[in-house]
Amino acid sequence: MVGSSVASRQQRVPVVPASALRDRLDVPGGRLPFPVAEPLVPLLPGGGLRRGSVVAVRGSTALLLALLVAATAQGAWAAVVGVDDLGVLAAAEAGVVVRRLALVPRPGPDPAPVAAALLDGVGLVALAGADRMSPGMRRSLAARARQGGSVLLPLGRWPGADVELDCRAELWHGAGAGHGRLRSREVVVRSVGRGAAARSRIARLLLPGPDGAVAQVPASKVPEIRAVG
Amino acid sequence: MVPARVVVVWCPDWPVVAGAAAAGLAVEVPVAVVAAHRIVACSATARALGVRRGQRRREAQGRCPELAVLADDPDRDARAFELVAAAVESLAPGVEVVRPGHLALPARGPTRYFGNELGVAERIVDVVATQAGVECQVGIADGLFAATLAAHRGLLVPPEGSPGFLAPLSIAELHQPAAGIAPAELVDLLHRLGLRTLGAFAALPVDDVASRFGLDGVRAHRLARGLDERPLARRHPPADLTVTRRLDPPVNRVDAAAFASREPAEQLHAALAARGLACVRLGVSARTGTGEELHRVWRCAEPLTASGIADRVRWQLDGWLSARGSRPGGVDQPNSVDQPNSVDGITLLQLDPEEVIAGQALQRGLWGESGEADERAGRALVRVQGMLGPEAVCTGVLGGGRDPADRVRLVPWGDDQAPGRAADPPWPGRLPAPSPSRVPARPPPAEVLDDAGCAVGVSGRGQLTGLPSWIAVRGDPPRRVLTWAGPWPVEERWWEPGGGRRCARLQAVLDAEPAGHSTGPLAILLACEAGRWRVEGIYE
Repeated sequence: MVGSSVASRQQRVPVVPASALRDRLDVPGGRLPFPVAEPLVPLLPGGGLRRGSVVAVRGSTALLLALLVAATAQGAWAAVVGVDDLGVLAAAEAGVVVRRLALVPRPGPDPAPVAAALLDGVGLVALAGADRMSPGMRRSLAARARQGGSVLLPLGRWPGADVELDCRAELWHGAGAGHGRLRSREVVVRSVGRGAAARSRIARLLLPGPDGAVAQVPASKVPEIRAVG
Repeated sequence: MVPARVVVVWCPDWPVVAGAAAAGLAVEVPVAVVAAHRIVACSATARALGVRRGQRRREAQGRCPELAVLADDPDRDARAFELVAAAVESLAPGVEVVRPGHLALPARGPTRYFGNELGVAERIVDVVATQAGVECQVGIADGLFAATLAAHRGLLVPPEGSPGFLAPLSIAELHQPAAGIAPAELVDLLHRLGLRTLGAFAALPVDDVASRFGLDGVRAHRLARGLDERPLARRHPPADLTVTRRLDPPVNRVDAAAFASREPAEQLHAALAARGLACVRLGVSARTGTGEELHRVWRCAEPLTASGIADRVRWQLDGWLSARGSRPGGVDQPNSVDQPNSVDGITLLQLDPEEVIAGQALQRGLWGESGEADERAGRALVRVQGMLGPEAVCTGVLGGGRDPADRVRLVPWGDDQAPGRAADPPWPGRLPAPSPSRVPARPPPAEVLDDAGCAVGVSGRGQLTGLPSWIAVRGDPPRRVLTWAGPWPVEERWWEPGGGRRCARLQAVLDAEPAGHSTGPLAILLACEAGRWRVEGIYE
């Protein structure tokens, strides 16, 4: 995979890539991006959630939780707006520090002001129901994120997002015809973005992995043969 | 090493002087300033009638019924003090405001210019009386602390005479409440240990002081010995930390100044904190619409927090703006009559950390957490609670239980975060990780069908009555079951009179929807209770 070879080269030569420096210069205060769990690094330009950016997440709540893991573990706060059935237990298993995960399950008919208020103080703000927002409202929320150095994570489509992550489930491991239990799920995550991230990147991940956290697909894994019919 | 000579200008009872000038009270009226029903400052006439600092307001009014009581207002004090600072600055540069009522400047330059220290002191008292219309006392000594105590007594301590000047003074002088130099507990403790004078405390070996009293003790000990509070190992800040803001439209009102000061202050604090530094001397510069350059240095005993920086910037802008509009309590300047309130406003604001120290003392989190992030997030969450009600913002607390929904308790932000049920006892029948990422609050009903289209249930022995092949959720068209696992029976609280709860759980992976944009196979967690299936969780 392209991403992993780049990562291994970085480990040998301690050089900061120019793109990372540019990302740092973009943001007021020159702060580093929020970190993400190791398996997700190749998917994101700059290897993390750049402060002030909009990262749309589609197709998986588990992917959203996986994105919050490393940042909350390092002391950042996260908020989820408009998801009234979020599995907090799954979040904890994924590795999110739930003490720093604020939930606003019912933000009312218009979630935009709530999200705007949260973007001022909370580092990562996930927002459901963004599909129904007007383009002007989207722009003002994105500007608010840029101003406060926070990351807006809309669930669903968001035209003009800096990065768009699209998750598609492939198959579940662990359960059979009445035996075993669900253990892990193989997914394909595709990331498309603008500017430096315009090249689409694809990663095969276990989401959730066997222990609940996101993991890389073991290299030797042969796709299981499924009974048909 | 002997600290540099410092001139301290002290206006006694400054809150009273500023408050009385703002309220237009005559000099002979007894005045007291009150915060939280306690006297924080009183005038000399009030003191003569028995009013003391720290008294309750009622007691003070009982002793002196004609007492004029004013509310404590740091903004007012700072604003009025700007006149004094400007007056002193007309004599010598490098004026630093320690706090309203108290400013310091280096003695070396003015002493050489005016010939001797006595001349400097006389001129300062004169110029403050004529330009600002208030009385002040001047003290000159080695180091800020000794000079402050000298100013309280109106003394000039000879060079290298600070330890001798301090030695006979009471240990209580260490406690300077507004400057936050030494905590009252430490002073009280020293007093009870029999150390009644600064000299007695200074005679102790510094190692013993450090091991017994810690950092506060060492700082106090340095002061008592006539040294500077901090050793002189200071760093010069890199130049790029200066924060500059163009103010457009120009700021010419006090409330606008308050608003304009906040954001640059936070940025400066964040930039310093990112480098592990904290500011102890802050330079505030401004340019007005007429091209006038204003500059003032604020010096602080404690490293400045973000709100501390914002306060000082606000006070300073406030002072400049109101000093130029009118001059309360001062002599009217002819040029200020020419342009009443017509100052073109402040167009440029610049914050310059003139002196910084390593900021470990400011780090609040113990385990590598940044207290700053917690504080900011807390404010944002409280704001959302203000918009939607206190119940609208929750955090999850994990506890014991068998269902994914049972094991999480949502607690409104700000409430006690105790878990609902203890996680320790074994919870037989609970599912191991991974847990469903979506847990519907109101589980939707589902139908489980076998190949022939007959409903599948769970028998009394915990066995399925058929092979599940199709599952329909909430009346949607049935989707094919790819794989499934279970059922796992759960019996809860069977000992209770109502019979408790019996149910069985089943995990199933449903085939992808045939529709265009599909996210692939979907795993769900089903529970069967009293013959009815419901969806307890979705592994999305």
